[in-house]
Amino acid sequence: MSPNKTNKILVKGNHAIVEAALDAGCRFYAGYPITPQNEIPELMSSRMPEVGGTFIQAESELISVNMVFGAAAAGARAMTTSSSPGISLMQEGISYMAGCELPAVLVNVMRGGPGLGNIQPSQSDYFQSVKPGHGDYHMITFAPSNLQEMYDFTFDAFDLADKYRNPVMILTDGLLGQIMENVEINRSRKPLYLNTPKPWALTGAKGRPGQRILSLLMQPGVLEKHNLKLKAKYDLITKTEKRFELTNMESNPDYLIVAFGTVGRISKGTINIAKAKGLNVGLFRPITVWPYPYAELKEVAKKVKKIFVFEMNLGQMVEDVKLAVEDSSKIEFYGRSGGGVPTAEELYDFIKGKVK
Amino acid sequence: MATEKIIYKKPDSLTDKNFTYCWGCGHSTVHKLIAEIVDELGIRETLIAVAPVGCAVFAYDFWDFDVTEAAHGRAPVVATAIKRVHPDKTVFCYQGDGDLASIGMAEIIHTANRGENITVIFINNTNYGMTGGQLAPTSLINQVTTTSPKGRDVKSYGYPIRVSELLAPLEGVKYLERVKVTDAASVIKAKKALKKALMNQINNVGFSMVEVLASCPANWRKDPIQSNEMIDKEISDYYKLGVIKDEK
Repeated sequence: MSPNKTNKILVKGNHAIVEAALDAGCRFYAGYPITPQNEIPELMSSRMPEVGGTFIQAESELISVNMVFGAAAAGARAMTTSSSPGISLMQEGISYMAGCELPAVLVNVMRGGPGLGNIQPSQSDYFQSVKPGHGDYHMITFAPSNLQEMYDFTFDAFDLADKYRNPVMILTDGLLGQIMENVEINRSRKPLYLNTPKPWALTGAKGRPGQRILSLLMQPGVLEKHNLKLKAKYDLITKTEKRFELTNMESNPDYLIVAFGTVGRISKGTINIAKAKGLNVGLFRPITVWPYPYAELKEVAKKVKKIFVFEMNLGQMVEDVKLAVEDSSKIEFYGRSGGGVPTAEELYDFIKGKVK
Repeated sequence: MATEKIIYKKPDSLTDKNFTYCWGCGHSTVHKLIAEIVDELGIRETLIAVAPVGCAVFAYDFWDFDVTEAAHGRAPVVATAIKRVHPDKTVFCYQGDGDLASIGMAEIIHTANRGENITVIFINNTNYGMTGGQLAPTSLINQVTTTSPKGRDVKSYGYPIRVSELLAPLEGVKYLERVKVTDAASVIKAKKALKKALMNQINNVGFSMVEVLASCPANWRKDPIQSNEMIDKEISDYYKLGVIKDEK
């Protein structure tokens, strides 16, 4: 696992997340076994003690996420990881962290659902990430589509969590978690905000009154005021942190694919197939799925005849595409569910069938 | 010539806010004992506490040291993480019986079993106080609550659970004592137990928990004196007082 001189490592997706977290200064990890993310707690159990941090194998996802709450309250850079059914249990802790404005990083290596589902790759937790648990809150959600992005966005996630005092999620899947690719590591990259004081953290009331971390705001009007303060923060994040990638848009394509994560990656193959067969197709790939790049997508969508939304679910992000695009009659959706992964040819055939 | 000597004062670790608990409620007494002990041990500036969900969620209004809330039942794992991040600090969690013995049973058992060097203060008043007096796992047989209007029938509600005895066999557990706070003598005894549980942590002895049988007059539909009598007779008959485990 140690990087060679060129700073390029051949690494498994789940391992890239571990290395990025440690490089970003994460010193507390609690996790619970669930496939397809087990390589993360496994590698953490040996790597975290090497850097002087804490690894705990929690006894449930409720426990791991609430341990992360405690570690974040104590001022540590903290992370937990899981896969879809486990993330459902973690919604409790994520909401508390958002309410208490605690920074933390969560990783969802998505698998098929509902229920226990299966252990194949899926994107069916889009809703529970970008429109998450109870209460009025949001979390920044990154959707990587290759292992370089798994590493880079996990590193970014720790910086942004501290910058905004908010949980940040990496929304990935069993395919990206399990494959291996080269990842370039910039050893000169330093974590941002790592040494910025956290005057709100609980460290003992030395020379000051006791302070509190809480989300219970019972007095009338106080919670509403707090939520409006959170809203102002979310507005700032929306203005500042939206990310997306355009592919083949410089050639003024007739058709547009909108896809994130693994399907965004597969769609690049579809563009090449289409080009060889005389169809000019572009790609709009949201990188942050919250905040969602609505305005940017709206502009791109004006220039094309049809918009194809491809997902590994039965239609979740397509709702946000409809919110972004003025004429939703231009939108065609195709999704695979329950662990189905589409091929580039399969997506091309769908496009071809709709444009004839 | 002044001969005045301070023989009693409000602990420095209490804020100036008046307790808002119901009259006769056990929380006020235990909150004050904790503040006295924190002063006596001189740990106010190195202490981090975790408040539960339930009546005592407001503990941070009364304690002048660092306190975080935790989701319902999760206080021991929040405390675990804080202690692991700050091993040099003293960390305790304060929980009621709905919080600890029901929704947080997995959290307390595993925290105890991991032998975390934290202190747990467990207030057992045999019902869910804040939500209006519903049945708790600790409610006595035949106890009338808002969700057992005909009394706790063991056939449908099961038996009251003795958490301290349940934790005792776990090797990670070093100290367990059950106390009450119904009169001066028992309050002094309770304070001694609470102090020992915190001292154990400071001395790296390991996981320590004190269970306090506390009254809940408002939900028991009794006055404070009748409530104390209920603890002295019925409740401490089922939940026996005394040291349950004490290892070095």
